[in-house]
Amino acid sequence: MTEKVAAAQTARDRAAEFLISRHRFRWPEALPWLLAFAAFFLFPDRMTFGSQVLIAVMFALSLDLILGYAGIVTLGHAAFFGVGAYTVGLGAAKLGWTEPISGLLAAAIIAAIVGFISGWFLLRYRGLTLLMLTLATAIMLQEAGNLRSDISGGYDGLPGLEFKRLLGMFDYDLYGHVYFLYVLAVLAVVFFIVRRIVYSPFGQALTGIRENVRRMHAIGAPVHRHLVIAYTIAAAIAGVAGALFTQTNAYVTLTVFDFDNSARVMVMLILGGTGRLYGAFAGAVVYMVLEDYFSKLSPTFWQFGIGLLLVLAVLFARRGILGLLEQAWHRRSKS
Amino acid sequence: MQKIAQIAVSILFDGLAYAMFLFITSVGLSVTMGLMGFVNLAHGAFAMTGGYFVVSLTRSLGFGFIPSLVIASVSVGLISIPFERYLYRRLYKATDLEQVLLTIGLAFMAIATFTYFYGPIPKSVPLPAWLQGDINLGFRTFPSYRAFLIVLGAGLISVLWYAFERTNIGAKIRAAVDNRRMAESVGINVDRLFTLTFALGSGLAALGGGLAIQLFGLTPSFAVIYLVLFLIVVAVGGLGSLKGTLLAALVLGIFDTTGKYLLADAGGFFIYAVVLVVLLIKPAGFYGRE
Repeated sequence: MTEKVAAAQTARDRAAEFLISRHRFRWPEALPWLLAFAAFFLFPDRMTFGSQVLIAVMFALSLDLILGYAGIVTLGHAAFFGVGAYTVGLGAAKLGWTEPISGLLAAAIIAAIVGFISGWFLLRYRGLTLLMLTLATAIMLQEAGNLRSDISGGYDGLPGLEFKRLLGMFDYDLYGHVYFLYVLAVLAVVFFIVRRIVYSPFGQALTGIRENVRRMHAIGAPVHRHLVIAYTIAAAIAGVAGALFTQTNAYVTLTVFDFDNSARVMVMLILGGTGRLYGAFAGAVVYMVLEDYFSKLSPTFWQFGIGLLLVLAVLFARRGILGLLEQAWHRRSKS
Repeated sequence: MQKIAQIAVSILFDGLAYAMFLFITSVGLSVTMGLMGFVNLAHGAFAMTGGYFVVSLTRSLGFGFIPSLVIASVSVGLISIPFERYLYRRLYKATDLEQVLLTIGLAFMAIATFTYFYGPIPKSVPLPAWLQGDINLGFRTFPSYRAFLIVLGAGLISVLWYAFERTNIGAKIRAAVDNRRMAESVGINVDRLFTLTFALGSGLAALGGGLAIQLFGLTPSFAVIYLVLFLIVVAVGGLGSLKGTLLAALVLGIFDTTGKYLLADAGGFFIYAVVLVVLLIKPAGFYGRE
């Protein structure tokens, strides 16, 4: 009897130990942040672009939570980015709510509400039905905005938005240095929240749903509730990314709801590697830098290149850039 | 009162023509998705390819509109075979996500290629005289081209219905959609069947693409913009169901046209609202299996 109890005790200890060791900070994890600071000092005149890259990282990170960890394939993630972007945009244009940080919180809350409601209905479905439902949600929001273009500004958008100084002290400079650090700080906060989530038992449950949903049902896990919670959190984060997009660009148009925006973030995440947190960093940075360079040369060429990259990634590198690096690393350490 | 009736007839007529376009273009997608469960987001790219073939055949090579449609459909059908054999086939057992990514990638490449060769400006086709202007049906006149679409659509529906329900191959396809393993066990070569239906579906999509030029003009973004509509028709109709695809095409075609006539500003709002409601109530579509 006591042996059995002891055995259960050790098993439980080992499980706890496993979760804790996964959660422990590893030194290569400092790398992206060091690189971000290095970029800040190396390319002081490209900081406006740098902020956009960081926003893309955050958007991709929110998608990673539902696509990479929970395995929800969505074609409408731009819906939440757009809701966040318009929360801040409309707040500033119509209500005079120009304080940036409370704006972010408002965007997170409103996007989370939209995510919760749509997720509650949509996450019962899978496959093509789910793809179409998520896509339809994003397009409906866009069409609703277009219908009331007196409020949303339609496809001309809400230009020339102005926001208060950050924390009441930092003024925005021409080169976007303040914005870069502001976005970086918000990204760090968001990242540590997401990191906590994916290494928690809840994160393990999401991975379980992705790997084998039937088994999760069989062991009595509340699958639908887990998915809705993850979807709501991801929506809130995407909303924050959208809000930062509006604040840093000082405008917003209905194109934030475009299918292109949903597809783009998915491509970034796939390029980097899904279900591994840092995939969002690698993918978004590589994608944005390539896009910045090639789309200036020729947008047509760039579109072809992205298509080719996707095809090659699916055929040869299903786990993204980080997956490839990992493979190379293992091969080296073996030989 | 008479005016309302006039508008209702116009809506019905335009909606029907639009529905025929949707049906012709989507039916292949529905059958291939039903057979293999493959999410093919490059279907719109095949339709667009057909459209550009028709443009080149009529404008540069001097073929008539109807022969061009036939040549474009057949050649796109043939071109699609190697794609199925060498690319799609690798991913039949892969996840939805991987299929989505591969086919979106192909669609992007197709869009870029056609932008390079044809430019981003909308293209049109020269129509024969009998397809221009209006046709008088006794009580009122209708645009000839839309009448032609309705007649052609009805003809294709009959042919497809006969092929699906009354021929040996049609029976095999239905068997494979219902239960692939069982169909294979009784000796049906599902792989070959799939290649055949894939080519046929792509050819029909190309026909739809050719027919669409006159309705909407043809730009490279056709591959993505209308893809959403084709997917909606398939999802709402139910995978692999001819009847479902037809019903979905009719419902969406007529709803969308009504919305555009009566509430032009609302744009696509209605069609997506219909999709949400239908899929929330019947997740597998009208005639899909749960």
